[in-house]
Amino acid sequence: MDRGAATADEKALVKRLIEEIHRLLGKRERPVRFMEVCGTHTVSIFRAGLRQLLPEAVELVSGPGCPVCVTPASYIDYALAYAEEPDTILTTFGDMMKVPGSASSLAAAHAVGADIRVVYSPLDSLAVATENPEKRVIFLAVGFETTAPAEAATVIAAKQQGLENFFLLSAQKLVPPAIKMLLDDPETQVDGFLLPGHVAVVTGTSAFEFLPRDYGRPGVVAGFEPLELLRAIYRLAQMTAAGEARIINEYNRAVRSDGNPAARKTMDTVYETIDTEWRGLGKIPASGLAMRTEWSSFDIAAVNPRTVSVTAKPTACRCGEVLRGRVSPPDCPLFGRACQPEHAVGPCMVSVEGVCAAWHKYGGSRFRYGQ
Amino acid sequence: MDNNTIQLAHGAGGSRGAELMREVILPVLDNPVLRQMHDGAVLSPRRPVAFTTDSYVVEPRFFPGGSIGRLAVCGTVNDLAMTGATARYLSLALILEEGFSIAELRRVLKDVREAAEEAGVEIVTGDTKVVGRGAADGIYINTAGIGEIIEGAAISPVNIRPGMDILVSGFLGDHAATLLAARHGMELPETIRSDAAPLAGLVREMIAAAPGIACLRDPTRGGAAATLNELAGQARVGILIDEEFLPVRPEVAGVCDLLGLDPLTLANEGKLIAVVDPAATESVLSAMRANPLGKEACCIGRTTAGEPGEVTLRTAFGGIRIVEMPPGELVPRIC
Amino acid sequence: MCLAVPAKVIEIHDELATVEVRGVRRPASLMLLPEAKEGDYVLVHAGFAMQIVTPEDVSEMEALWAEMNGAPRTVESLEKRDG
Repeated sequence: MDRGAATADEKALVKRLIEEIHRLLGKRERPVRFMEVCGTHTVSIFRAGLRQLLPEAVELVSGPGCPVCVTPASYIDYALAYAEEPDTILTTFGDMMKVPGSASSLAAAHAVGADIRVVYSPLDSLAVATENPEKRVIFLAVGFETTAPAEAATVIAAKQQGLENFFLLSAQKLVPPAIKMLLDDPETQVDGFLLPGHVAVVTGTSAFEFLPRDYGRPGVVAGFEPLELLRAIYRLAQMTAAGEARIINEYNRAVRSDGNPAARKTMDTVYETIDTEWRGLGKIPASGLAMRTEWSSFDIAAVNPRTVSVTAKPTACRCGEVLRGRVSPPDCPLFGRACQPEHAVGPCMVSVEGVCAAWHKYGGSRFRYGQ
Repeated sequence: MDNNTIQLAHGAGGSRGAELMREVILPVLDNPVLRQMHDGAVLSPRRPVAFTTDSYVVEPRFFPGGSIGRLAVCGTVNDLAMTGATARYLSLALILEEGFSIAELRRVLKDVREAAEEAGVEIVTGDTKVVGRGAADGIYINTAGIGEIIEGAAISPVNIRPGMDILVSGFLGDHAATLLAARHGMELPETIRSDAAPLAGLVREMIAAAPGIACLRDPTRGGAAATLNELAGQARVGILIDEEFLPVRPEVAGVCDLLGLDPLTLANEGKLIAVVDPAATESVLSAMRANPLGKEACCIGRTTAGEPGEVTLRTAFGGIRIVEMPPGELVPRIC
Repeated sequence: MCLAVPAKVIEIHDELATVEVRGVRRPASLMLLPEAKEGDYVLVHAGFAMQIVTPEDVSEMEALWAEMNGAPRTVESLEKRDG
């Protein structure tokens, strides 16, 4: 992450890259739209103020790459139902605490006495389970391909340690099916993709070959430093100008073409692919993970199935369209008014990495172009 | 004492309470005013006074560079210092959980005494209450403080005008990074510790150096981001800071990288932010740097006539973004 | 969507490594990256090492400068590149 330590050489290079992007795309009739799929990219772009540095010929739109944002409200409802049971500890990544369910949130449940603990690593929950043998410890397993192997490995470690009081409530999601769904929608206008670097660390670049092959769109796997992001945008500009569509790896210090096979194997050991619901996008085929029956003794939904009644109220929230890259956050009537980071209505405002939260936090709606 | 933990009777005002005072508290905090054992302290300040109060809860209670005891003194002394006052007298109220270790209480009190000596402040009155097991987490402390306004000080956000310089007294985020590391299983080098320190002396030297100090604030909870937003809001000015000038230790940046946090939102307990007339900047900065608590002092930005109440940051690559009021509790995130 | 930071592997005990990020140490599991060795830089996400990374990118910067200054570098040549 950028901490303000930019050398003169890096600054000069940033300037040159921006000039080149302008030269490549400046004469086009309409701005070129690139989608950064990953929420961490969204945040890095805003943190570095890259949007205003880019020429107007490039429009960056944010995609559905924030796992917290796309987790459906019903998942939170289930988590809260478990939290209310006696002798139960929920462990979770900090990001999930404020996500609204249909009626409440983990933070609100914690305030009235539920034992919900924020952990940095899913492995930290094993320590909680060991220290509290008389209680059930349920880890809220959300995330994409980057996080799912860590959660699968945690289950395997729990088995090795003989823990019988540790469970997952699983809702992991897969990124490529969501990109396909966006592109199958004729209203999605995206000319190229900044591909999620840390998902690609696991999946490899090959998982994104479908973009040029099936949809004729270029994609560049990008790192997270401002200069790495700009370099990736420059490559997309190059390909767009040349009318080419390929997958280029601009994060090759961490991403291999075949990714991390050991991580994928771990994931496949514990999980199988299912159709799943994305908040704001609806059901997407083969886009989610569920624990295989061999591992069901660690699956709280199998060990102790619950039903919750979903009571979501319809709102004017346009997150679904924002996640598809169709509208910008300020186009939503709720943005910055009824929907704010502390009182989020829609999923994109919930996580720091949500598109709307990033726009709101870093002033994206005001500092778009020019200064 | 006949045992080594706090009992409900210790807070009930009877003989056990007197015993706790006589055998545990007085031996550590003894001074002539406290020894009189009145219900209140009778004081004779010679100058206009400032008055403040704050309560302290922290997990863990002891951490590299400090403890809840040290915080309880420094926090209140610093709140007074930020009004341009030198702390003279503190009250000390303890809320103890039944079963709290008396040995640990002694350690906390020892830290209170040491910090008070460092700050030149006297503990002149106090109170102890004990609550049942589970009704509190070990120990909570409240301190109130009275300070005398320093000659020549006129510190208030109403003095802030566009075009003033914004100074910080040193590295940001050391305190919160130390606590977060302790909470999340991280190990820091010994050089990184909480910055908890009384700033009264530093403030006196700054005010003596130049008359142009418009306002002072200590960026505690919410960090520099919260303080700058408060100042911009109260003074109705814009604030523009420069990312490249922000003093952050690499290790603190490392904790932030691991946990996905912004150093601007990390609490400090021994730092101040000063808004200064540019004509006074140089003399104030050299006065700060001459004090060990201000060695790393620097200018991080200025107030502007831009959007009132808005804090913006110029990134290393020249982009501008808003620095928001941080939303609340710092939790590690993975995305 | 996924925060991960490069960290240096300081020592390894079985499947657990001590890693260091800018002087800050914490444990990281090597369950997903058994090939990591002491001295390697690894990408850490949620307490797990995910991949070995090259810490510096100096040659990449130089190549990019050369490209900005007109050196030919085709998209095809980049496509086959792998870390």
